[in-house]
Amino acid sequence: MGHMIKVNVNGKEHSGGVEARTLLVDYLREDLGLTGTHVGCDTSSCGSCTIHIDGKAVKSCTMLAVQADGCNVTTVEGLATNGNLHPMQEGFKEEHGLQCGFCTPGMMMTAIDFLKTNPKPSEDEIRHALEGNFCRCTGYHNIVKSIQYAANKMQTSV
Amino acid sequence: MIPSSFEYKRANSVSEAVEMIDADAQILSGGHSLIPALKLRLNNPGTLIDISKIDALKEISDNEKSITIGAGATHASIASSSVLEKHAPMMVQAAREIGDIQVRNVGTIGGSIAHADPAADWPAVLLASNATVVIQNKDGNREVDIDQFFKGFYETALNEGEIITAIRIPKTAANKNSVYVKFKQPASRFAIVGCAVALDKDGGNVADVRIGLTGVSESAYRASSVEKALSGNTLDDGLIESAVADVTEGNAVMSDHYASEKYRKHLAGVYVKRALRKLL
Repeated sequence: MGHMIKVNVNGKEHSGGVEARTLLVDYLREDLGLTGTHVGCDTSSCGSCTIHIDGKAVKSCTMLAVQADGCNVTTVEGLATNGNLHPMQEGFKEEHGLQCGFCTPGMMMTAIDFLKTNPKPSEDEIRHALEGNFCRCTGYHNIVKSIQYAANKMQTSV
Repeated sequence: MIPSSFEYKRANSVSEAVEMIDADAQILSGGHSLIPALKLRLNNPGTLIDISKIDALKEISDNEKSITIGAGATHASIASSSVLEKHAPMMVQAAREIGDIQVRNVGTIGGSIAHADPAADWPAVLLASNATVVIQNKDGNREVDIDQFFKGFYETALNEGEIITAIRIPKTAANKNSVYVKFKQPASRFAIVGCAVALDKDGGNVADVRIGLTGVSESAYRASSVEKALSGNTLDDGLIESAVADVTEGNAVMSDHYASEKYRKHLAGVYVKRALRKLL
């Protein structure tokens, strides 16, 4: 079917055929069964489909699966290692950073990329970094606290 | 939302991409204007030619008299460019204001200006910078002055079969002293009004000034009347106030549910003034 692609997702090689028009988010959810990446607005606004491509946060509803050929993809399912939560996941748990949970995977994927370039952000910088992620529960206050928790934890663990 | 079917071809070089183009093909770079349009089926190309894997298009290089930005440079890479920060700070400021982290990681400057959205940031900044657009087609390269590049509503000087390969920003005293400010649509972060100013002062007098405005009219434009009013005069609050009187002169002002014509015109004046005051 269509184009053969080879993608490393969460450390595991996947290869298969995709139609050229298949969106990356649909490939991850439908073909690979990785449903932790959500489809919210489907118009590159809400950020709930955010994943990492070669370590950078991108909106997977606005990318074709064929464009990920040869890339390393990380989804929310790839954050925990050996059963240990990623500091960001731990932060969202400890600080009650989620209510309905729909936006959470995208929030975490964006925040992890953000902390790479700004490991000690101010509250204001965190709020600005989340401009491409919407929480319809309006739970931003605890989301910011969760990211602060993760930033502190990642600082002390380095 | 799923786009209509199309054929996908990946180009390994611009020359290869140029050879692949036919009347029914579109160029895919970052895809952050094109893919949303495909999903809404506002755009139904027969073939997409992917140039996003061509590394040569992503470089930002520091030359003697100019800075060359590859058309495939992302907004994020421009936002973090120290050479642009030094020689044309408005470029870096604008890049940081585009969309959000995820959009900036993928969207490209070449794709943005080829698309020529009337509310995009780059057109205003590039007009103010006196940039040159480098274009490749089957016959070779050609260069277009930015003043001749934007032709109207989503319309540019690009002909069929052409690809933007680079944008060249001259190292001028004005570009070194430049600023970008915008009033953004709160959800999309597109500019309702965006204003870029590059200004060189000789003593207190304005020796060279270029002002680009986006979001105001069907296409980004230079506020020539303001430039003329400022040139040769002493830059102070009084001059700034009087210079912006005809900021939209010669341009039809857009009106939509975010901002009426009257409000947009008012905002254009306010944002030109804010930009100029930052350069006092």
